[in-house]
Amino acid sequence: MKTATPKVEIKQLAKVYPNGDGVRDINLDIREGEIITLLGPSGCGKTTILRALGGFIDVTRGSISINGEEVTHLPPEQRPTGMVFQSYNLWPHMTVEENLAFGLKLRKTPKKDIKRRIEEMLEIMRLPGTEKKYPNQLSGGQQQRIAIARSLLLEPAVLLMDEPFSALDAKIRMQMREELKRIQAELNITVVFVTHDQEEAMSLSHRIVVMDKGKMAQVGTPAEIYDKPASTYVASFIGEMNFLERGGEQLAFRPEDVSIHTDGNGMRSGVIRSIMLLGHYASVTIQTENTTIKAFVPRHETVELEEGQTISFDLNKLLTYKKGA
Amino acid sequence: MIESKNNAANQRALEKRTPVWTAMGEVVTSFFKGLNVRRFYHGVGKKKFFEFLLFAVFLLFFYGPLMNTFMLAFANIYQFPDVVPREFGFQWWDFVLSQNTLVESIATSFLLAAGTTVVSLIVCLPAAYALARFDFKGKKLFMFSFLLSNAFPKIGLYTAMGIIFYRFNLMGTIPGVVIVHLINSLLFMIWLPAGAFRNVHSQQEEAARDAGASPFQTFVKITLPLAAPGIAVASMYTFLGSLEEAQGTLLVGFPEINTMATSMYGVILDYPATAGAVFALILIIPSLVVVLLFRKYLVPSSIGKSLTGK
Repeated sequence: MKTATPKVEIKQLAKVYPNGDGVRDINLDIREGEIITLLGPSGCGKTTILRALGGFIDVTRGSISINGEEVTHLPPEQRPTGMVFQSYNLWPHMTVEENLAFGLKLRKTPKKDIKRRIEEMLEIMRLPGTEKKYPNQLSGGQQQRIAIARSLLLEPAVLLMDEPFSALDAKIRMQMREELKRIQAELNITVVFVTHDQEEAMSLSHRIVVMDKGKMAQVGTPAEIYDKPASTYVASFIGEMNFLERGGEQLAFRPEDVSIHTDGNGMRSGVIRSIMLLGHYASVTIQTENTTIKAFVPRHETVELEEGQTISFDLNKLLTYKKGA
Repeated sequence: MIESKNNAANQRALEKRTPVWTAMGEVVTSFFKGLNVRRFYHGVGKKKFFEFLLFAVFLLFFYGPLMNTFMLAFANIYQFPDVVPREFGFQWWDFVLSQNTLVESIATSFLLAAGTTVVSLIVCLPAAYALARFDFKGKKLFMFSFLLSNAFPKIGLYTAMGIIFYRFNLMGTIPGVVIVHLINSLLFMIWLPAGAFRNVHSQQEEAARDAGASPFQTFVKITLPLAAPGIAVASMYTFLGSLEEAQGTLLVGFPEINTMATSMYGVILDYPATAGAVFALILIIPSLVVVLLFRKYLVPSSIGKSLTGK
């Protein structure tokens, strides 16, 4: 997966809007064949970076290279990028076939080739035989797959995806994630994916870039980000995290790293406020001296627990942060 | 038990004394009962009743004059105290169609309307696109300014224009008249297409750029066809507006340029009302044809959509 020269190189990129918002100090190498996710709450600048990569906004400073070639000031039509938007990707007055053929025709691809490649691509997308349909005859998930197909037909160096599944139902969204992983592995494409959904980022990505107010807070694999969040911001944004204060430090630990004892052997003690069954595990809220914490316990262990009960607990894994970090 | 016996007896009695003609009579009387205003009011309810009333007034208001024109056009002899013409026929049709200048004016009208529509499209579409896509200071005011030219008394505007037209030798020329007609088309030709362009999502344009299309190719292949219904409706209004424009045409074009609308003035002044009616009916035909051609796009929702940009 790793190659010597990165597929995409972003250096000292900044885009500052007149109101002072924007992104600053973005340095990122994107490797060939990886799915990298820009993750953050709305307004953190993740879409700005993606649109800068696609050529839809002019950057204030810095440079972008794709395949070793500088593209910083090229318009979208001259960049080797393919973009999939959140919605309104397809042109409603054209059939699926016309939508897919649009870019190929502009590239003067012979008609026979266009037809064959569209057929192949629809096969990969598992939507064969939809050539003559209009976009409004397809479901939301199918439309997004056609949009992905349209981008992939042009063999982009990097596929840019701007929250492409967020307008879909939860169930379809899960399917689409799996589909995307399969297609990405099959064609070995490089994907930059933008989302505000940490679960989506965790399940899809090879690497995640966590964004905070226009800056990169942390870059790493999902496991790194989950196990070793670089700051309390990242820690609280990814997954669930409990925080305890101790002196000038903040202790952070995941709910699954709390083990509850009913025999009083634990280091700390508290009172159970509530027990919520969430399928194969339960979420237990514990009131300690100055705060409430959350613990995930396997379902069979909740038999011994009840609300109002005084228990003790241990922390199996602990992260400490300086205050304000 | 007793009751049902009585009922059965009543029914038998009823059946016995209802021959066909009484039944018919009952049908007629109950029909007219339904026409009684008070019964009708209570029968359909207050809301429906007033809706019906409004609809009736609407019909009279819109179709009354049309019906009258239609009647007059086929009247050979029609004098004051008569409500209905004394003699029907095609006498005035023969008269109007034998006037060469009138037939010529029809050709001029269509030429002017087509020219105005084309020029208006060329001038207004870029403006509409800019208004739809770009934000700039004074945009609202700019949009509003098109209403101003419609708010002024037109004749004042035309007089002012006439002064400039004399200087540029535009008086009595086709370009001069086209410019006058253009002013009336600005509002529709910019507002409607701007709304239509706003309905084209910027992602749809960006996707085209992304696929390799230049800005111009994107406009031609994506934006224009998606906005076509709104543009077609606006063009239709411009075309029809140009056909019926008379004030400005008279002021700028007279006597060199004679359109249907300006000839109409002459016909009304010089000939009896019946000739005017014939000419009015001829004037309706082109409008009718254009409306029929565009009726697919002429649904209120599409116009509303264009105007609100939703």
